[in-house]
Amino acid sequence: MFPRPIAQRSRPVQIAYQAILPVALIIWLLPLIGIAVTSIRPASDLASGNYFGIPSSFAGVENYTAVFRNSNIGYYILNSFRVTIPTVIGAVALSCLSGYALAIYRFKGNLIVFFMFVAGNFVPFQILAIPVRDLTLKLGLYNSMTGLILFHVAFQTGFCTLFMRNFMKALPFSLVEAARVEGIGEWRIFWYIILPLVRPAMAALSVLIFTFIWNDYFWATVMAQSADVRPITAGMNELKGQWKVAWELIAAASIIAAMPPVAMFFLMQKHFIAGLTLGATKG
Amino acid sequence: MSLLKIIAGLGFVLTASSALAGQIVLNSDQSDPAPKKAMEELIADFQKANPDITVKWNNFDHEGYKSAIRNFLTADPPDVAAWYAGNRMAPFVKAGLFADVSDVWDKNGLNDTLKSTASSMTIDGKKWGVPYTYYQWGIYYNKDVYKKAGVSEPKTWAEFVANCAKFKASGIDCVTTGTKALWPAAGMFDYIDLRTNGYEFHMDLTAGKVKWTSPKVKAAFAEWAKIVPYTTANAAAIDWQDAAALLAQGKAANYIMGNFAVDAFRKGGMTNDNLGFMVFPEITAGLARAEEAPTDTFHIPAGAKNKEDAKKFLAFLASPDVQTKMNATLGQLPVNTKAKVGDDPFIQAGFKELSSAYALAQFFDRDAPADMAKAGMEAFQEFMVKPERIDEILERLQKVADKVYK
Amino acid sequence: MASSTSFFRRNRRRIAPWLFLAPGITMFLLYVIYPVFQSINISFYEWDGLGPKTWVGLQNYADLFDDPSFYTSLKNNLIWLVLYLLAIPAGLAVALFLNQTVPGIRLYKSLFFFPFVISQVVVGLIFSWFYAPGFGLLPKIIKVLTGSEIAVLADERYATLAVIAAGLWPQTAYCMILYLTGLNNINPEQVEAARMDNAKGWSMLWHIILPQLRPATFIALIVTVIGALRSFDLISIMTVGGPYGSTRVLSYFMYEQALSEYGTAMGYGAAIAVVLLAIMLVFITLFIVRMLSQERNG
Repeated sequence: MFPRPIAQRSRPVQIAYQAILPVALIIWLLPLIGIAVTSIRPASDLASGNYFGIPSSFAGVENYTAVFRNSNIGYYILNSFRVTIPTVIGAVALSCLSGYALAIYRFKGNLIVFFMFVAGNFVPFQILAIPVRDLTLKLGLYNSMTGLILFHVAFQTGFCTLFMRNFMKALPFSLVEAARVEGIGEWRIFWYIILPLVRPAMAALSVLIFTFIWNDYFWATVMAQSADVRPITAGMNELKGQWKVAWELIAAASIIAAMPPVAMFFLMQKHFIAGLTLGATKG
Repeated sequence: MSLLKIIAGLGFVLTASSALAGQIVLNSDQSDPAPKKAMEELIADFQKANPDITVKWNNFDHEGYKSAIRNFLTADPPDVAAWYAGNRMAPFVKAGLFADVSDVWDKNGLNDTLKSTASSMTIDGKKWGVPYTYYQWGIYYNKDVYKKAGVSEPKTWAEFVANCAKFKASGIDCVTTGTKALWPAAGMFDYIDLRTNGYEFHMDLTAGKVKWTSPKVKAAFAEWAKIVPYTTANAAAIDWQDAAALLAQGKAANYIMGNFAVDAFRKGGMTNDNLGFMVFPEITAGLARAEEAPTDTFHIPAGAKNKEDAKKFLAFLASPDVQTKMNATLGQLPVNTKAKVGDDPFIQAGFKELSSAYALAQFFDRDAPADMAKAGMEAFQEFMVKPERIDEILERLQKVADKVYK
Repeated sequence: MASSTSFFRRNRRRIAPWLFLAPGITMFLLYVIYPVFQSINISFYEWDGLGPKTWVGLQNYADLFDDPSFYTSLKNNLIWLVLYLLAIPAGLAVALFLNQTVPGIRLYKSLFFFPFVISQVVVGLIFSWFYAPGFGLLPKIIKVLTGSEIAVLADERYATLAVIAAGLWPQTAYCMILYLTGLNNINPEQVEAARMDNAKGWSMLWHIILPQLRPATFIALIVTVIGALRSFDLISIMTVGGPYGSTRVLSYFMYEQALSEYGTAMGYGAAIAVVLLAIMLVFITLFIVRMLSQERNG
């Protein structure tokens, strides 16, 4: 293990380490703590210049209810879920199929198709924006949930296929061979043998894609213009414009906006990190 | 491509704003509370007056609307769409996306009642929409601060500039503004140019007919440079509301702003007693006085499915009673000369200012094409921070203009 | 019918992969690959998004190379790229600091990772507040140190740096998690053997640990570079490209020109996007070449 385990060090070093840990954490999360404290500050504190001291009273309930009362944030959150959940399902489903094709079959063009997914996954959004918007307009889906979801599903399929393919490739191929000898059809092999084995990968992808899509801002800005389709990220920008100096409300709204992916992360931490660190150990 | 068709079909079912007989689809951008309320009242009243027509209202976010309209006009045109007067509507008119509504003007006598804005609604001799509200710009000032610094209200630009030194001596910003969102700086430029070079020159400049590098433009910036040292130092870092607070707190004396800011001044604790309003003073003597009065309008897209009822809506919108009621809610000025102007002293002052003006400008980002407006407003912001860069800035603007007006 | 069934049966292993691929590949071609080429095509036209397109050849590129805003964006992209790389050593440092087995360390690791999970919009808002002139913590600290306040986001000298600092916060967390995973997989025998040889501290890190962390470093490098070049959200939230356009990067510049409230220059915007793609292609190729060699060896 590197660095040398602290347990092998002298007692003072151990105590120092234990003491530094929480201090370092507080400094690291200081901006976040600041915004969390601000979100429970009464507006009068901000007016009187008490931005960083102890809040004079607890106004959390007031601020958070004010956020919901004075804005469309409830809709925005709902919209975010309405975009995010179908995208997760769609992208994971498509990538299971294409990942399976690329991992199990040897055929001409396999690697080319695979690298097309990989390369597409890295292109800048701006190169897609104009044509994707035109396409969405032509489909009659501009400024609609469906339009946003279809694009997200397509784009995330790139990353998800990379992930799924590598995961399936690591499964023992003999399973497939044995099934083929038994005369089981290709679809049934996929459905009954492989899919149950890739559940951890599906879980990892789901949490990752959930976070990516929830936090997407660019496409939300480009493709969603009215309050009934606007996700929370684009909504936050609007609220920032609307509230300007009411930082206690902006802070509370920020906390609300951050909540779902944070909850997702803490609930599915193992999967999340497994997904994110794919490739960090191999090769 | 069959997948594409299926997707397309699906999308159509989900989103099509198919026009039922007796229904009009209205897209607009009244996301702020007062405009939203005014719209709700307008729609309710219209439906009451026309029981056979229902209005389907899609309300967009104010900023997002400006890019959304470009898309929905071609892809999924509503029957009525909100927009702005002047050059800002020209691209849509030229692309054939707005319908000619001259007949609505002729039939309802609007050429008479909406006369003040007729020219800004006209392109190629035809009318392309109906205006319903506008508001004035001018200088809002803190009377208490004037008293404290021992300064009296200026009659001319020279006096205004001279006052600035006195304010500075008392530790007060003579002029405040917040240019983080860029546009407040454009209001300052518009006024200084209108007063230095006159309405025609300003319109030629925003229409690309004269060069940014011309001596007259430089002369306008030279006037502006006189007050730059007395302007709130971190203006580029703050929003217009923050600057309004500075005026209300007595840290600044003057604010070149639109009338909507009165609300912010009052929230900051100012009253009719200590909030003052003046028309922007004369710079070049003898120039006809033009004012800034951004006008909001409604239009019928060329692709509208129910133009007949949409025209009824525009005619309704143009009538004096409707404009009286709407503007009472909006806190702005009705365009119809027969409508009643609100009692608020600042609205009254605006009415006086605008009704006696020689001409009305729409505001820099409506008079100039969008890309020019953006480059211009950035340049104004930069000028206020780095006035010494003026030559470099103007050359860059001319370069943008060469491309935009090509 | 019978013959077609048997044709399928005979060739099913050749046809099956394409059937499995069909939905994913269709969507990806339609929404990602084809649009890339469409954008390249649009970049040769002048188009306001409303009327007809006019062919202008390379004019958009000529204009671009004559546009000071383009060079500002390019310069800022470079600054982003270089400074963003600091996330890699910073992430490694945090990972080394946290790679211990004391009670509660798992919770510490998750909490350190926290900033990455939050949307950049929220990160941008948090830092805007931290930087806000008049009451923000940073201006106050600067005032104590130098006696005068600086509104960092409105000052052309500091604005880009201030935005990058905000970006480094989640990016460091990301690199940290990559390195923590990497450290977890280090061969303990090699480490022990090196300890026998009296290797410690820096020399151990440099000669024994880092070589084993190479895969993690590579991924960290790729995601950091791509992240730096994709930077958009923070700029949009914190400075909207200002003051007077001095914090623009290519991605934001393209948005302004083609997609924003004031942007109608589709062809010009597409040209900017093509330049950005060309820069990114360098790194995309690097990544693919490496993956390809892994494929060959694996």
